[in-house]
Amino acid sequence: MAGVRVLVGTRKGAFVLTSDERRERWQVSDPLFAGWEIYHLAGSPADPSRLYAAQSTGWFGQLIQRSDDGGATWEPAGNQFEYAGVPGTHQWYDGTPHPWEFARVWHLEPSWTDPDTVYAGVEDAALFRSTDGAQTWHELPGLREHGSGSSWQPGAGGMCLHTIVVDPTDPKRIFVAISAAGVFRTDDAGVTWRPVTRGLLSEGIPDQEAEVGHCVHRIAMHPSRPNVLFMQKHWDVMRSDDAGESWREVSGNLPSDFGFPIAVHAQEPDTVYVVPIKSDSEHFPPEGKLRVYRSRTGGEEWEALTRGLPQRDCYVNVLRDAMAVDSLDSCGVYFGTTGGQVYASADSGDSWAPIVRDLPAVLSVEVQTLP
Amino acid sequence: MIRVVLPAHLRTLAHVTGEVEVHVEGQATQRAVLDAIEARYPALRGTIRDHRTLQRRPYVRFFACEQDLSHQPPDTPLPSEVTAGAEPFLVVGAMAGG
Repeated sequence: MAGVRVLVGTRKGAFVLTSDERRERWQVSDPLFAGWEIYHLAGSPADPSRLYAAQSTGWFGQLIQRSDDGGATWEPAGNQFEYAGVPGTHQWYDGTPHPWEFARVWHLEPSWTDPDTVYAGVEDAALFRSTDGAQTWHELPGLREHGSGSSWQPGAGGMCLHTIVVDPTDPKRIFVAISAAGVFRTDDAGVTWRPVTRGLLSEGIPDQEAEVGHCVHRIAMHPSRPNVLFMQKHWDVMRSDDAGESWREVSGNLPSDFGFPIAVHAQEPDTVYVVPIKSDSEHFPPEGKLRVYRSRTGGEEWEALTRGLPQRDCYVNVLRDAMAVDSLDSCGVYFGTTGGQVYASADSGDSWAPIVRDLPAVLSVEVQTLP
Repeated sequence: MIRVVLPAHLRTLAHVTGEVEVHVEGQATQRAVLDAIEARYPALRGTIRDHRTLQRRPYVRFFACEQDLSHQPPDTPLPSEVTAGAEPFLVVGAMAGG
């Protein structure tokens, strides 16, 4: 029987939420890696039993955990992330040069086709790849060294590479997003990179149309249409129809175009979800109402989805990696909050219910649709 | 044998409970004990010391015989009570937070 496995990373451990395809009754696991920050867990599209988890604390650093049985058991994998060569400097918050320094893994992106190949986006921003099931990691230094790296500056959360999108039709084409540098693309499997930011406009930088310096929060792609990208930027929801060569704003009638996550419906490439947040200084939903906004037109026209979500006194945030969709019909949509709730919709967002209400602050949500 | 007390998170990672014991050839020092720990429990590599520099991680402390040995050079001989097995070498997650 088909089912769904929701992988939830939190400030104090990971949780696995499971249901059959009806998505009405859920089992919530005991905490995995209890007490550790789990920035992200991800399953291999090529082998759903293969999972990876990024586990860290300020005390004991970074670990990578791997499961080969769908999360029943885990073993530590390789945790050595060494920048290639002499990494040089980027800009610090005060504008002074600051040595590149590994802090943590923000995001893991398994290959579409090979369970042993997985990418890791790290802070300070760099992209690593493992081709041996996370035992060893090697940086793809062309990104950091492409020319603008010395001018990159950290966002408020650190200088993190938080989004990795691999083109399912061409594994040599990869998009990454960095706060606060922007979005970059490679067409040769990570050897060379260039910023793809034309059309982005950011008020928080001196040259609002600069090639780098934009605080991109998240990018989403529908696998059937890899040239179309949707972006939630610090402010503005953006769309590209030419693989990032140019972007246009599609914020339309959103109550606020600030936010973190963005996701695309599994069967409808022009159906997009965002969670508007009041502002960069007030990280909670406008008017205390938790509303997912859905566009069925690829942006511009948005409708509020409220049924089952708190519509008063709600002041949680939804972080960039904390929204995902399943691929069942109809599409399930899931998101987690900094208040520890994980909400699910089994009807493309028309109605919502919490799977669980009282987890630690949710950092990431991924979904596996199981055969 | 050197007795080593690991913090709870690292015991979980190493799949051990209680104290662990390691054998050190020659002079027992912080470096020798940590080398032995990491050799026996590879999952702990990078969690106590930096992989490359072997510097103690900032929020990790080393105690023994009611003394803080954290700032001693890593090749300083450990106290004789530790080398004799009378006292354990403690790896401690520093108090931090609220």
